[in-house]
Amino acid sequence: MKLLVCISKTPDTTAKIAFTDNNTKFAEAGVQFILNPYDEWYALVRAIELKEADTTAIIHLINIGGTENDPVIRKALALGGDEAFRVNSSSHDSFFIASQIAAIAKQNNYDIIFTGKETIDYNGSSIGGMVAELLDMPYVSLATKFELSGGSATITREIEGGEEVNEVALPVVVSCQKGMAQQRIPNMKGIMGARMKPLKVSEAVTADELTSITSFELPPPKAGVKLVPADQPEELVRLLHEEAKLF
Amino acid sequence: MPVLIFLDQSEGHLKKNSYEAAAYGAKVAELMSTKAEGVVLGPASGDLSTLGKYGLQKIHHVKSDVFSNFDAQTYTSVIADVAKGINADVIIFSNNMDGRAIAPRLSVKLKAGLVSGAVSLPDVTNGFVVKKNVFSGKAFANVSINTPIKIISLNPNAFKPVEGEGTAEIVEFTSSVGDSKVKVTAINKLDGEVPLAEAELVVSGGRGLKGPDNWHLLTDFAKVIGAATACSRAVADADWRPHHEHVGQTGLAIAPNLYFAVGISGAIQHLAGVNRSKVIVVINKDPEAPFFKAADYGIVGDAFEVMPKIIEATKKIKGM
Repeated sequence: MKLLVCISKTPDTTAKIAFTDNNTKFAEAGVQFILNPYDEWYALVRAIELKEADTTAIIHLINIGGTENDPVIRKALALGGDEAFRVNSSSHDSFFIASQIAAIAKQNNYDIIFTGKETIDYNGSSIGGMVAELLDMPYVSLATKFELSGGSATITREIEGGEEVNEVALPVVVSCQKGMAQQRIPNMKGIMGARMKPLKVSEAVTADELTSITSFELPPPKAGVKLVPADQPEELVRLLHEEAKLF
Repeated sequence: MPVLIFLDQSEGHLKKNSYEAAAYGAKVAELMSTKAEGVVLGPASGDLSTLGKYGLQKIHHVKSDVFSNFDAQTYTSVIADVAKGINADVIIFSNNMDGRAIAPRLSVKLKAGLVSGAVSLPDVTNGFVVKKNVFSGKAFANVSINTPIKIISLNPNAFKPVEGEGTAEIVEFTSSVGDSKVKVTAINKLDGEVPLAEAELVVSGGRGLKGPDNWHLLTDFAKVIGAATACSRAVADADWRPHHEHVGQTGLAIAPNLYFAVGISGAIQHLAGVNRSKVIVVINKDPEAPFFKAADYGIVGDAFEVMPKIIEATKKIKGM
């Protein structure tokens, strides 16, 4: 069984968000970067669990980016990936990125392609669906459970106000969220071993960019909290009713 | 070259987000001086012509039972056929659970640029630029779609549908989609609850409530105002509340009109899931709780004393 896990590098959750170059670029100076939490905790760890259940399984990782991404790729290898691909590109266009992943996937015939439900920076939630369409594979998004039995998978996905259970024959593309797996941290053996694992760098294949970011903006600052004394909670209710008109 | 809006249904009922998408799509059509048309897949109960009230002129209805079984691939294929049939140059989705599965596939199929998580109408004065949420609610990006066909998926609760006058014409569309590779074997829904993902009002609790037995302070209030209930990660992890109620970065990200947080300190991971809420109210004993910095209204006080009085005062206003 061959698994591909798509991984992204994102600013740490607590990073200060600011922009440079006339608000066209994210200000990276001093920002700590991490493996995108959904890719790590849910997609990658579920793949590792599947490999633990079937030791013949192979886990490939793919990342689109420059050499500055190598530390997060090494971390994913330390957690349990077997081999990684990095496609050199600084594109932020989902279609371009999905095209790179599909190009690598076509050479390797994966049984399962996992992504996180979205990245915590661009919040696109689009790569998995695009890769699936490019490869003519089924896609189950926002999965909270994934179980294998023979050549098919039982996948639970979130729907409004509940969940839905899907049966899908492999191969399949799945985007993963909370519930899929338990978070874990790399151990020393994994970290040492990761240095020896292959990280293959290739140049991007030709693909169009369908979108471009023209500028970023920060939300207007909040006016500040209006505090109501603790002994007058009915005043808060009045404000929510008359001023904010919420109920 | 009309605007086509995908109207998502579940078990025959159009979802709340579909009305938002319809009204938004009608506005986009107005900006582009064209018509707005909808597409519904699968059996639908109720009179679809009433969607005219949201500005739709025509509904393409694909009645086949095949679409009772949600599969992003078959859905994409038939939506693409409808879009091609009417020469749609803008296609609108809700960025809800199904929209997130279909819109990216359609983007590839039609080679149409996609902006997911849009929060306002496109700027069509110079190209086609759509504002979307980025950095988990901490910023916006203006994204230009550079292809002839454009796809927007609208964030839930980002656009308020207003009902007007009008009747939509219903046109039956027949398609010959192949077998679905995805079989839905079960749908488990929680009865009688406002789905958190669609809720306009949300009442949420954290560890400050001290235990699951105290949750009536929130559920009673939620019932009075018709809100959904949510909780922090710590509360879900401790199994005080079910996991589907967990909001925050790792849980569900929501943007209701009201997020009423009781006994939640407001860690940055929690804020990432709720910072797009229009009004945030924080009740916390600790005046230093970081959540107050993100709040619009607040009470520094003990939830056990404050909440019963809030429930009483709200009942009075509601005439209950």
